[in-house]
Amino acid sequence: MTLFDFIQRLLGRQKPSGTMAKERLQLVLAHDRSDLNPELLEQMRREILEVVQRYVEIDIEEGDVSLETEDRVTALVANLPIKRARPLPALVAAAAAVGMAQPPDADASEELAPTDDPD
Amino acid sequence: MDAVTSDPARIILICSGKGGVGKTTLTANLGIALARLGERTVVLDADFGLRNLDLLLGLENRIVYTAQEVLAETCRLEQALVKHKQEPNLALLPAGNPRMLEWLTPEDMQRIVAMVAERADFVLIDCPAGIEDGFKNAAAAAREAIVITTPEVSAVRDADRVIGLLNTRGVAPVQLVLNRVRPKMMASQEMLGVDDVTDILALPLVGLVVEDEQVIVSTNRGEPLTLNGNGSGAALAYQNIARRLRGEEIPLEDPSKARRGLRARLMNKIRKTTGLF
Repeated sequence: MTLFDFIQRLLGRQKPSGTMAKERLQLVLAHDRSDLNPELLEQMRREILEVVQRYVEIDIEEGDVSLETEDRVTALVANLPIKRARPLPALVAAAAAVGMAQPPDADASEELAPTDDPD
Repeated sequence: MDAVTSDPARIILICSGKGGVGKTTLTANLGIALARLGERTVVLDADFGLRNLDLLLGLENRIVYTAQEVLAETCRLEQALVKHKQEPNLALLPAGNPRMLEWLTPEDMQRIVAMVAERADFVLIDCPAGIEDGFKNAAAAAREAIVITTPEVSAVRDADRVIGLLNTRGVAPVQLVLNRVRPKMMASQEMLGVDDVTDILALPLVGLVVEDEQVIVSTNRGEPLTLNGNGSGAALAYQNIARRLRGEEIPLEDPSKARRGLRARLMNKIRKTTGLF
């Protein structure tokens, strides 16, 4: 540690490099383990926000979708502060947009039927 | 040593992903330490392209045959096993000749390790760096593994890749050795801490080895530190790893209390009492 680094740290302007190493590692390992590069993660983040926004109004500035790792288990963590729920008509429209306009009873059970086969 | 034991041999892969973090040094020192504890131990150099285990053990001039000739049945296993002069419980088996890079397959490795395991309590496989074919061959016969890393971002990242591969192969247990620990840098948080590394890699720690100049001296001489037990920090750490592997409960060394020279200890005391630097 140089004197300059030491003063920087005293003034709280710079984290110790060991702490930086840990933070950088945690980030890079989350990507390594999930095989997602930052570009793909960004695309996924945008799509998740898009879907969520159909249902609730969220604060995009504050929103965050990231990969976190603990005990070798990587999790996709989304923290999306909700401003308010969308009014009901908008929700129906949103449901229609993802092909769920019909009540999901008859169609769904038909699709599920083959998997009930005892074989 | 002549007693016939029914317990199957422990077959342990020593790997790291990244090169130069201390795999071969660990293998050599563990081999000697285990042999000293009465375990019949065979160290197998799976890195036959760039083999170095012979050099660290001081056996470089005594290799005549390798596993390759044993499998081709041009020699017997006893002829290929190079017994250590001072430590007869330890033998080295080089996997192959540096000129023959193509012969070894995972099946070859399984066959030779099965042969060796019949006459050993411990088989330590020194894995080549990387995660390609060399690693796959070396790992083919391993039942358990020790991953060795240093508190540096590149070494920890590579160790993580290797741990992932070992997990998918079902190798267990996988334990961690943290090498080249610099207590002073850790104390000032200018190095990844022991807990940082174990948190990130989520492996149980089987050993903590402080940075120790004696390692270089012993490598120069071809005499692993555990052979002459000069009481250096690293020698003690290797001996303790060997004992933990045998199931002895030995608390992990506290890096801040590592044995240091008088001057360093004095400086440390001054630092602590004055709080100056």
